Amino acid sequence: MKIGIVVFPGTNRERDMAQAFQVASGQAPEMLWHQQDNVDGFDLIVLPGGFSFGDYLRSGAMAAHSPIMRAVRQFAEKGGYVLGVCNGFQLLTEAQMLPGALLRNAGMRFLAQDCHLKVEGRDSVFTAGWKSGAVFRAPLAHGDGNYTASRDVLDRLEGEGRVAFRYCDAAGRVKDDDEHINMNGSARSIAGVLSENRRVCGLMPHPENLTEEILGGTDGLPLFSGILEALG
Amino acid sequence: MTAASVDLDLARSFGLKDDEYEKVLTIMGRTPSLTELGIFSVMWSEHCSYKSSRLHLKTLPTKAPWVIHGPGENAGVIDIGDGLAAVFKMESHNHPSFIEPYQGAATGVGGILRDVFTMGARPIANLNALRFGDPSHKDTKRVVDGVVRGIGGYGNCMGVPTVGGEVNFHHSYNCNPLVNAMTVGLARQDRIFLSAAAGVGNPVVYVGSKTGRDGIHGATMSSAEFDSESSSKRPTVQVGDPFTEKLLLEACLELMATDAVISIQDMGAAGLTSSAVEMASKGGVGIDLDLDHVPQRETHMQAYEMMLSESQERMLMVLRPDRTEEARKIFEKWELDFAIVGKLTDSGRITVRHKGVVEADIPLGPLADEAPIYDRPTVAYERQPPLPVPADPCGIKMALCRLVASGNGASRAWIWNQYDSGVGGQTVKRPGGADAAIVRVEGTNRGLAMTTDCTPRYGQADPYIGGAQAVVEVWRNITATGAKPLAMTDNLNFASPENPRIMAQFVEAVKGIGDAGRALDFPVVSGNVSLYNETRGDDGSVTAIQPAPVIGGVGVLEDVHKAVGLAFPDAGEILLIGETEGTLGQSLWLKEILNREEGAPPAINFEAERRNGDFVRGLIQEGSVTACHDLSDGGLLLAVAEMAMAGGVGCTLVAPPTDVAAHAYWFGEDQARYVLVTTQPDSVIKTAQARGIPVHRLGRIGGDALKIGADVSVSISHLRELHASFFPRFMGDMRDDAPVVHLDEIS
Repeated sequence: MKIGIVVFPGTNRERDMAQAFQVASGQAPEMLWHQQDNVDGFDLIVLPGGFSFGDYLRSGAMAAHSPIMRAVRQFAEKGGYVLGVCNGFQLLTEAQMLPGALLRNAGMRFLAQDCHLKVEGRDSVFTAGWKSGAVFRAPLAHGDGNYTASRDVLDRLEGEGRVAFRYCDAAGRVKDDDEHINMNGSARSIAGVLSENRRVCGLMPHPENLTEEILGGTDGLPLFSGILEALG
Repeated sequence: MTAASVDLDLARSFGLKDDEYEKVLTIMGRTPSLTELGIFSVMWSEHCSYKSSRLHLKTLPTKAPWVIHGPGENAGVIDIGDGLAAVFKMESHNHPSFIEPYQGAATGVGGILRDVFTMGARPIANLNALRFGDPSHKDTKRVVDGVVRGIGGYGNCMGVPTVGGEVNFHHSYNCNPLVNAMTVGLARQDRIFLSAAAGVGNPVVYVGSKTGRDGIHGATMSSAEFDSESSSKRPTVQVGDPFTEKLLLEACLELMATDAVISIQDMGAAGLTSSAVEMASKGGVGIDLDLDHVPQRETHMQAYEMMLSESQERMLMVLRPDRTEEARKIFEKWELDFAIVGKLTDSGRITVRHKGVVEADIPLGPLADEAPIYDRPTVAYERQPPLPVPADPCGIKMALCRLVASGNGASRAWIWNQYDSGVGGQTVKRPGGADAAIVRVEGTNRGLAMTTDCTPRYGQADPYIGGAQAVVEVWRNITATGAKPLAMTDNLNFASPENPRIMAQFVEAVKGIGDAGRALDFPVVSGNVSLYNETRGDDGSVTAIQPAPVIGGVGVLEDVHKAVGLAFPDAGEILLIGETEGTLGQSLWLKEILNREEGAPPAINFEAERRNGDFVRGLIQEGSVTACHDLSDGGLLLAVAEMAMAGGVGCTLVAPPTDVAAHAYWFGEDQARYVLVTTQPDSVIKTAQARGIPVHRLGRIGGDALKIGADVSVSISHLRELHASFFPRFMGDMRDDAPVVHLDEIS
C-alpha cells in the first residue's frame, strides 16, 4: 500500500503521521511537497496537522489553493482515499472536499489536551479499526476546531452516517454544551466527518500521537491498522 | 542625520556611560558616525557585553567529559550517546514581555529556537520559567494572558512541543515579569555548526525575513531599568512570525545537510551588528557589509536602522563560494530571502557601506574584546537568621487546601493546556506527568529529561542558597524520573548591578550555582544574564525583583522505558527518602498561611543531595520504583497531595514523629528529599539503611482520600477541584455556573 503525506510550508505533524503509519505497518509513507501536481499511484493521501502558510487569512485557506490540492481533488473524485487531520481537516473544508467549516474554539484559546471520541461513522475505512460506538482517547491541539455547518448539512451528515467521530467523555456520553467534553464548542459535538463516498475523512484530534504505550497509549492505533487492513 | 550631531549627550541617550564614550573616541581616533555610535552602544550594552557579570561567570564549572561545547557558542552542546548531541540554552525576554506580553514572549521563544537550530540541531522541546506579579495587581492578568498566548502561539506553530516549565507569582514582578524560554535540540555530533567565520573572500549571506524598523535598540532597552514611560517603548518590541521561522528552520537544516555552510549565526539581540561582529571577531577576520543588498521591508531605511534593527527570523551565514547557488535554491524553495550582503576580509575591521558611502568602519578587536568589564562593588549581604517554628493557626488540612488552591501551589494545567506538548510524536512524559519532562530521542531507545527551576524567595533571603538550591532542585527533578543529570543552562535575572546589594546577590548566587555544579558534576554549558530588572515608580522609589537565578537542566535515560512519573499507581508503599528537620523559613506555607517571607531558607547539603539522589536513581533504574517526586515548595504533604491528585487515588499516611511540630514536618522544605512508591519496601529500606540513607515508611496508597492517621482526611476529588480552580477563576475563563470553592467552608 502506497501512502503519501503532503507537506506544505508550515506543516508540522508530518513526522508524527509517518511514525504512526510506520508503527502500524512497518512501512514509511512518502512525503509529498505541496508544489507537486500529481499524486498518481498512491492508495491514500494524508493531509497532516500544522499551520500551513502560517494559517494566515484562515486556517488551511491558502494551502487549499496549492498545486497539489488540484491533484488531490482529482484523486478523490476518482475514488481515492484522503485523510485530513487537524490542519488537514481545515484544509479539506476550505477546499470544499468536506462540508462545513472550522471556527475559532468557543473558549477563544488554543486547546492542547486529551479528549475522548466516540466512533460513529459506518462503512468507512477510517472507522474500520473500531467497533461502532467505541470510545477512545486522543490529544487535541488546535485553535480553530469549532465545527460548524448549516442545520440541513448537519442533519444530512447525521442521517447518512457521515459523522465519523464525536466528542464525548470517557464513558461515551455526548453533551454538546459541556465545555469539558465538547471543548471547542463544535456543532453537535462533531469531531470528524466523511465525504459522500466515505473515502475522504477529516478530523480535528490527533490519533497519530497515541500509537505507542511509551507515548501514553495506543488508543489512536486502530485508525491506522483499520485503514491498512481495509485497503490491504 | 549627520555625523556632526554625534556627541556625549547622544551617546548617553544611547545608554553609553561617559567613560565608555571616551573609550569609543580613543578607539576611533575621531568622532564616530551615528551608525558607529549605534554599533558601539549595542555591542557594549549589558545585554550583549555581559560587562557586569563576565568576571563572575568565568568562575562557573563548564567542563565534563560529556560537554562538547560550553558557554560561548549560541547554545551548549553535550554528548548523549549514539553519536548524538543535545543542544540547549535558556534566554530571557523580560522587559518586552511587560510592554507587549504576547510579542515579548513569542519572540523570546523564537530567539531561543534560533540559537539552537543555528547550531544544526532540530529543536525537540521548549520549556519556560515565568514569574508574574501578584495576582491582585492590575497588570498581572494582562501579562499572564499575553505571555501564555505568546509562548503557545510561537511554539505551537513551529511544531516544537512545549513540555515543561514553572510559574511563580510575587509582587516584586508586578511591573517586571520574567519570561525565560529554553529550547532543547537534537543534532549529530559530527554536524554541529559554529559561528566563527573563516576564509577571506567568502560570501556573507543574509537569509530569512526582511529587515524593518522593529526592535531598534532593543538590547539597550533590556539593559535599563523600567519607569512609567517604558510603555511608550512599545515600538521597540519586536514582532514575531513563527511561520517564517518554521520555514527558516527547515531551510537551514536542509542546507546544513550539505557542506555549504562554513559558519552561521542568528540575528538576535542587536541584529545584524552583533551577528556580523561576533562571526568576524571569533574567526579573527574582517567583514565588509554592503547594506544596499539587505532585504528591506520598509523604504528609506538608514544604515543606522538596518544595523540595529531586531527584526526577527533572520540568519547570517558564511558559505563556501562554490556552494552559494545550491544554497540559494534551498532558500528559494522555502520562499525566503537570500542575499549576499558582504564578504570576509583580512582587514580586522567591520566596514559598512550604504549607497556607496562608508557608514561605519570600526576595528573589530577593540569593539568585541575591549568592551568594558566592570568589577562592580558589593556589600556583605544581610542574611536572615533561622526562623523559630511559628504557631500553626489553621491545622494541617486547612493549610493543605489553601496551598493547593494558592497561585503558587495551584495546578498549572490551565497554562499547559494551551501549549502543544505532543507535537513531534516523541513526548513520553507531558507537563504534570513527572518532575521533569521526558522526550524520546527519535529513532532510538533513549530519552532526554528536562526541566527548569528556581525559588526566588530563597534567593532573596540568601542568594548563595538561592543559586545552589535552583541547581539541586533541577538535578533532583531529573533524578526523580530515573534520568542521569548531565548539564545545565542558567538564566540569571537580577535588578541593577550598579546597586552593591544587588551585585552582592548576583555574586553570591553565581557562587552557589558554581559550588552546586561542581559538587554534582553538573556543568553550566550555556546561559544568559538579565540585569536591571527593577521598576522606578513615579515617586522615584525603586522596586527590585526577587533575584531569580533560573536553572534549566538536561539529563539522559539510556532506556526511556525506565522513566517513572509522579502519579500514584493504584497500590504500593510510600517511602520518604532524606532527612526531615521541618524548616519553615521562606517556605510556601509561611508565605501563604501567615503571609510572611522570613527566616533562613533550608540549608543545602551537596553530599546528601548526591547520595540520596544517586540512590533513588539506582532504584528507578533497577525497576523497584513505580512513582517518584522530589520535595520542594510546600514540602512533604504538598508533594504527596500532588502525587495523589495526579493518580486520582488516595493514601493513608502514618502520623508524624513527635519530635517535630506537625505543620513543620508536613510543610517544611528541607532539601535532598524524595517521596517514592515501591512494591518492595523491605528491600529498599534495607539497602537504604545499609548505605546510611535516611528512609522512612510514610504510608500506603489506597482509597479516595488523603488521610493522616485518624486525624486528617480530605477527599482527592475535593483537592483536585481546589487545585484546578485558581487559574480559570483568576483568568476569568470559568463560567458563571461553575462551582465556586469556598475555602472557609473547609474545616
